[in-house]
Amino acid sequence: MPDVFPPDTVRCDACPVLCYIKRGHAGACDRYANIEGQLVRVDPHILLDRAKSQGTPLVPFLEREGDWDGKIMKGREMFVTAIGAGTTYPDYKPAPFIVSSEVEGVDMVTVVTEGIFSYCGVKLKIDTDRHLGPERNLVRAQGEPVGHVTTAEYGSQMLSLGGVHHLTGGSKSEGRVTCETLLDLCNGKEVQLTIDEGASVRVAAGKPPEVNGQREERMRVGCGSATIGMFAKQWFGKVDDVVVVDDHITGVLSEHQAGKLLGVRETGIAIHGRRSTPGRYFQVAEPGTGWGGTNISDPLTILKPFKAKFAWPHLRLLMVSTTGEQFAYYELDEDLRPVEKELPDALKESVGRIRENCEPALTTVLFMGGAGGSLRAGVTENPVKLTDSVKRKLTRVTCGGAPAYIWPGGGITFMVDVTRMPENAFGYVPTPALVAPVEFTLKKDDYAALGGHVDYVRPLSDVLREKERQRQFVSHAQNPWPLKPHEESSES
Amino acid sequence: MREPALIRMLPDGRRLHLHDGPIDLIIEASGGPSAISAAYKAAARRFTTILDELCRELPLLRSQAHKDSERPRGVVARRMFAAVEPYCEERFITPMAAVAGCVAQEILAAMTAAAPLERAYVNNGGDIALHLASSQSYRIGMVERPDHPSLFGSLEITAADPVRGIATSGWRGRSFSLGIADAVTVLADCAVAADAAATVIANAVDLPDHPGVARIPAREISPDSDLGDLRVTRGVEPLSQPEIDAALDNGLRVATLLRDKGLIHSAALCLQTCVRVLTAKPLLPAGHSRGGSLMSPESQIRSQLELAGRTNPHA
Repeated sequence: MPDVFPPDTVRCDACPVLCYIKRGHAGACDRYANIEGQLVRVDPHILLDRAKSQGTPLVPFLEREGDWDGKIMKGREMFVTAIGAGTTYPDYKPAPFIVSSEVEGVDMVTVVTEGIFSYCGVKLKIDTDRHLGPERNLVRAQGEPVGHVTTAEYGSQMLSLGGVHHLTGGSKSEGRVTCETLLDLCNGKEVQLTIDEGASVRVAAGKPPEVNGQREERMRVGCGSATIGMFAKQWFGKVDDVVVVDDHITGVLSEHQAGKLLGVRETGIAIHGRRSTPGRYFQVAEPGTGWGGTNISDPLTILKPFKAKFAWPHLRLLMVSTTGEQFAYYELDEDLRPVEKELPDALKESVGRIRENCEPALTTVLFMGGAGGSLRAGVTENPVKLTDSVKRKLTRVTCGGAPAYIWPGGGITFMVDVTRMPENAFGYVPTPALVAPVEFTLKKDDYAALGGHVDYVRPLSDVLREKERQRQFVSHAQNPWPLKPHEESSES
Repeated sequence: MREPALIRMLPDGRRLHLHDGPIDLIIEASGGPSAISAAYKAAARRFTTILDELCRELPLLRSQAHKDSERPRGVVARRMFAAVEPYCEERFITPMAAVAGCVAQEILAAMTAAAPLERAYVNNGGDIALHLASSQSYRIGMVERPDHPSLFGSLEITAADPVRGIATSGWRGRSFSLGIADAVTVLADCAVAADAAATVIANAVDLPDHPGVARIPAREISPDSDLGDLRVTRGVEPLSQPEIDAALDNGLRVATLLRDKGLIHSAALCLQTCVRVLTAKPLLPAGHSRGGSLMSPESQIRSQLELAGRTNPHA
């Protein structure tokens, strides 16, 4: 018998082994665990519970012993996900769970299976204006090539990672690292990537990216010139000139086309840097973490002296960054020198609005995979009919209950936002390939018509009874309910 | 609250699922319908007390086995002790190293005593006891990563083979391992022997003091583990090919020793996708019997592990 235990050790009395379980660990059975000092049942198969209460995304709901009488479930809407369901490979058929449920008087069938995807990858959208690396350059993890830089989109850089060539076409270690990288990204974990001749980034799904050790906070509302265009009307009459400081293109209201159209009086303002077109300046400073992605902390350093030919005493000048995070208001004194003053109330709104329009910078991870023949064979004896049924929208595809976008064209190639799936929904096999949950939901009649494994259909109540291997999650608030996709999501 | 043992048929209507505490058995018997039913009833009856029997002697079963240590009393516990005894002189081992295989074997024995069966298996989390009537066989798939099963090889065991027990051990499994093998699968006369041997060989697949292997005293994870303060493997960084080879060589040496002593028939050792196979002993001249069963060259070959080669499952 052990003599001394750390605090929070619990003794499980679910069986005569009477395990002592430390906090954060499971007992010998792997079914009971000590979570926060409490003995809790933990089981692998994940069911989605349609949240009646709103706005609680993905809170794990661990079944506690005793408060399950089977009856409670009847009033709740449950969806059996494929997470932890197991896979058909290499048995090929039929899928591990084929579950029937009645939805508004219609018998529905959900075919639940985990697919093994060696043809898969992730598309990463990294919200940043920083240059991450030249297009087409390799993206590496742990020194191994795992993908490449693809297009730059507005305010974001796209990376394409994984795919069969990295997973199985390269060296063993390339395949292993690619698989690990994809798995971590899909399961929401942080991953360090380096780009050849480019930056090093730390990314995790749904979190702000870190570029060369610096965390991105907000996406800018636009470049400096675009910001002038957007806010010129709101500034007109309240201020004589505005400089929007931006590492990419710094904008100046009085020279900019938008200012000209409004009839803004010339101020003769002169800016360091290279003038592109009127009111638009490149390279006003070096890139950095100061104003608008430049290295400056005092915006006046980019201004040349005002000239008496154009400027006038008491001229009102606003300087602001493209995110609205930095701003300063000046009035010229009798010698035409800018003197910082408090931002007038009339301008506070516009500065606030710039900030408001800068969305939080995030990393988005879309898993992309194709359901091949063997996975489809787990659904129907004639796999092509499933493809056809999906294309005709008779069959709905979800991944761990999250909606999947199906690519037009041949096969069932889908994309899914991994943050909408329950935690740790992905697994892997050493092939290497990813294991992802896939559910196909369709009317029972349609299922029979496409040659489905109708003999294996089990009622939902039957699956729910096997509570010893289930875990329930509250469905993501923004996901349409997989069984009633046309209903509004609970959040809206 | 003591949960009652779970006894049920799986949804396929063919297999029996028995679960009690850490014991989880999947059972399938083939034969006449009444024989199957009698066998399943016998399995269930035997199962209801087996965990309590073991737990009554748990402190003793968790103690290091010595030649002169106190012998347990229960029939299953005694067999566990006997299975680890051949190893106890040279290394730390407790009877718990053979518990899974021993339970599987005991339930299988209850089934075959109750009814004539063509074939049957009792699978206790990968430690499997087999029954094969004449001319029957089983085809068995091998998995290296229990967390994400995919087959790395398969084998066929026929009635003519001496093999009636299969066990797999590795650091990724449910039990702790002192070694770094992802999986060591062993074929032996019976499940209890296979279980003890798989534990010993998996412990031997190792690179002592390698900085890339994370080890923690077993007690820190599980306060009442039979391994106490011994450091069990919790993580293995990617190893170089020479390191993998060295670790597998260490395991293979021990496996060969066990095979030559007649404790096992063959074994497959798996580490970071590299596989080594120890085949059964060279053939005795035809006509010689061993373990009561006559061996033909074909059955000998079949009983060896045949690797299916790495498949590339495109879902």
